Amino acid sequence: MFMFEKAVVGGRRYWSWLGVLAAVIALGFASYLRQLDQGLAITGLSRDVTWGLYIAQFTFLVGVAASAVMVVLPYYLHNYKVFGKVTILGEFLAISAVTMCMLFILVDMGQPARVLNVILHPTPNSIMFWDMVSLSGYLVLNAVIALVTLTAERKGIAPPGWIKPVILISIPWAISIHTVTAFLYNGLPGRSFWLTALLAPRFLASAFSAGPALLILLCMILRRFTWFDVGREPIQKLALIVTYAMVVNVFFVLMELFTVFYSGIPEHQEHFKYLFVGLEGHGSLVPWMWTSVLLAVASLVLLLVPRFRHDEKILAVACVTVFLSLWIDKGIGLIVGGFVPSPLGAVTEYAPTLPEISIALGIWAVGFLMITVFYKITLSVREYLGA
Amino acid sequence: MSIDRKTFLRITGCGLAAALAGSKIAGLIAEAQDELTTPDPAALKGRRWAMVIDTKKCLKDEGCDKCIQACHRVHNVPEIADARREVKWIWKEPFEHAFPAHDPEHLPEALAGRPVLVFCNHCDAPPCVRVCPTKATWKRASDGVVMMDWHRCIGCRYCVAACPYGSRSFNWSDPRPHLVQINGAYPTRTKGVVEKCTFCDERLARGQLPACVEACTEKALIFGDLADPGSEVRRLVRENFTLRRKPELGTAPQVFYLI
Repeated sequence: MFMFEKAVVGGRRYWSWLGVLAAVIALGFASYLRQLDQGLAITGLSRDVTWGLYIAQFTFLVGVAASAVMVVLPYYLHNYKVFGKVTILGEFLAISAVTMCMLFILVDMGQPARVLNVILHPTPNSIMFWDMVSLSGYLVLNAVIALVTLTAERKGIAPPGWIKPVILISIPWAISIHTVTAFLYNGLPGRSFWLTALLAPRFLASAFSAGPALLILLCMILRRFTWFDVGREPIQKLALIVTYAMVVNVFFVLMELFTVFYSGIPEHQEHFKYLFVGLEGHGSLVPWMWTSVLLAVASLVLLLVPRFRHDEKILAVACVTVFLSLWIDKGIGLIVGGFVPSPLGAVTEYAPTLPEISIALGIWAVGFLMITVFYKITLSVREYLGA
Repeated sequence: MSIDRKTFLRITGCGLAAALAGSKIAGLIAEAQDELTTPDPAALKGRRWAMVIDTKKCLKDEGCDKCIQACHRVHNVPEIADARREVKWIWKEPFEHAFPAHDPEHLPEALAGRPVLVFCNHCDAPPCVRVCPTKATWKRASDGVVMMDWHRCIGCRYCVAACPYGSRSFNWSDPRPHLVQINGAYPTRTKGVVEKCTFCDERLARGQLPACVEACTEKALIFGDLADPGSEVRRLVRENFTLRRKPELGTAPQVFYLI
């Protein structure tokens, strides 16, 4: 089924990497069994900070999933042939990222056995219902597209005509998954930090920066450890996309800061104060947030100067800084910052516990396992065709 | 296959007995269902239940917690020592936390820092209901009570994020070991579900006032039908200046504070 036979043939390095991932997954799964038994009390979450690491990872990874559109759109809509070799890599990245998103939602649930209630009692007035619809739809779209195009490639024929409209639908669908995810947060009356129409655009800008940055790094890893080389041109084009998106993202953040601090409305300011200078003596996220700022500035310098961007070694560093900066911003600050202070003014700190971190790492390992297997299949098909 | 007379009689006999027992059990079930689904004629009827809290009366004895005790005992609300993981249906907050628009520096001494009772506001436009992905929480059409089905709740805590009053509690672990005494007439909860005040829907159905209202010896909590022009709550709201928590959010809270 779906050329999985190609995934079970590999060298020692391939198998030891899979072994490492399997070990991390096993550890995470063991922690999850503990969570199932004892409840979410094993996490660092509380009355005041009810969402944390899990939901933040979910939010960040929706962005990574959506970013596949940055290779799909130029290739299919503008017939930009340079992306021919990376498009399927982007789609497989999206499939893996959406799967991680779903797992992060599942581990965050207090009663995971009741998850089907979302389908048994569909509730269109809940954004979470639409998030389920858009994420699962996106998963199916990308799975179908990747399967059909790769199968056609293996057979050396053109993909069937009906796949073109499916691909075209996947483009606005990618935008929708991150827009709906932003709507989860910015429609809540008592949570001033998220109550901004800029949230969805900001989500998209950071996604289109962090996602392609990860894709560049994956392409470089493939070049280093396999025979497969996407070439210089697609990487440089992706770098340009990362640059533009990062500039737009930083611009959006500055717009947010102006609105919040020039208007001077306390309940909008307090969340930013908590994140960047601390509030009422609590400031455990302050070092993280400033690290994110410094990384963002550094990445802009490395990306905006053409001489740096064109040097692939420096570009790799720039991609790492972009990814880390946005992971801190979205994967930590954005969710926790919305809960502190609480609607009653309480400043309660949050720090994930070891079991919580181990569950999160386990899910990331599932994602990397999927990426590895999918890329292995893709490369095997292309190696066979090239031989 | 052939069977002798004795076996035949035994089988038919057992069959008959089972059929009889079955019809008897079905009858019992129907009876129990009737009891559960037929409304009690004594049930309190209202179109829009609401509460008025007379803070002056309430603050006469700041240490009093009869209403909290009564509510938590009757509803099997656990007592959890860790404040970060507390479950609470009704509790006290300093005035400026309950009403954050009021700057404590310029509040009268009788109010600044003084405890105010807070609980679910049974909003007319409840954000928690809007966001729930399974209809595990809903506004009852007949009387406006914001209800909660903790057997359907999936524990996503979206309602907790949506409530601007912090009125919802999540069971981070099994609450039962934290119950000193279990009231057998009311369900206990399991880990991983959200709970909150339901205006004592189970007591209203039996013709009783909410437990907190009944427990207050100062008569500081007044419960009634806001849609009824002749009701006590309507009169109090009409004749006095009252505060509601964060009315600017458009949630239309149905708990009014007499200051």
